[in-house]
Amino acid sequence: MKLETLTQVNAERAARRPVIVVTDVANGDQRLVKAKDIATDPLSAELSKQLRMGKSGMIESGGKKLFLNVYAPTARLVIVGAVHISQALAPLARSLDYDVTVVDPRTAFASPERFPDVPLIAEWPDVALPPLNIDHYTAFVALTHDPKIDDPALLHAFERECFYIGALGSRKTHAKRAERLKAQGAADADIARIHAPIGLSIGAVSPSEIAVAIMAEITAELRLPKETAKVQAA
Amino acid sequence: MLNRDEDILQAAENWQKAGHGVALATVVETWGSAPRPAGSSLVINDDGTFLGSVSGGCVEGAVVTEALDVIASGKPKMLEFGVADETAWNVGLSCGGTIRVFVEKVGQS
Repeated sequence: MKLETLTQVNAERAARRPVIVVTDVANGDQRLVKAKDIATDPLSAELSKQLRMGKSGMIESGGKKLFLNVYAPTARLVIVGAVHISQALAPLARSLDYDVTVVDPRTAFASPERFPDVPLIAEWPDVALPPLNIDHYTAFVALTHDPKIDDPALLHAFERECFYIGALGSRKTHAKRAERLKAQGAADADIARIHAPIGLSIGAVSPSEIAVAIMAEITAELRLPKETAKVQAA
Repeated sequence: MLNRDEDILQAAENWQKAGHGVALATVVETWGSAPRPAGSSLVINDDGTFLGSVSGGCVEGAVVTEALDVIASGKPKMLEFGVADETAWNVGLSCGGTIRVFVEKVGQS
């Protein structure tokens, strides 16, 4: 590997941008494909599939054996609301290799006793969220049920390219939320990005079951091709 | 994971820039019960120091030896490791599968 290639890989990784190194294993010839260039690459289909799965692997193309080494950023989960569901959701997401952060300005909720080993930010969303640099590899959930906290948090998530946005609440609650967000200037397309009621429909009752439904929906959004993910959610 | 790959690759860059000969060994294919998935890597420098893992400890010694050759020659190599013995699992060894490891020099022009 050229030093230049290695330096670029490290720079992309530091910036949390995915990158794939394509190596011809017969002779060591190598090239680096940045996420933004995948669509126009001759190997676009293979590259996007491997990236979506977050998996490195060997392919054959034009009689050559090529190794695609995928460097995808660690997915993050930002949970707004240090509520009961979050106590089940945070450890579950960590077991799925997400970097988890919990935000809740109510210090009685956001306490280390309730969330051992999870980074907690006991601040309002306008203070807590901007420094987190929420990006495409972030799933974002609003679970407080309190519009004072959830609404500004969702407005912030709209400004970022999070791969998943979900919010707790029934259809009725969500309809009211949609009206409020619209009144605060949110676009219909952004409001439509919110998964609500949150989580796959699996009849979840307990907080832990709801956490499973949420992580299942986030996984589908992360791993399935875009069209399939939408069909599943419909 | 014992070491995050990003730390390993950063170490490779730092070693190279500090004037070391450096090789990168990467798992490219696995069959059966391989302990580390494709993309797992090990970096080795010319004094034999290494970071990361391609097998969780089973074949690292052999990979380091081969890597020192690759640093000297500059030519990449494909290594294959396997354990044919079906009973490997029964005695608690994790290396029951086969892995192919691509070893290349860092700083190749």
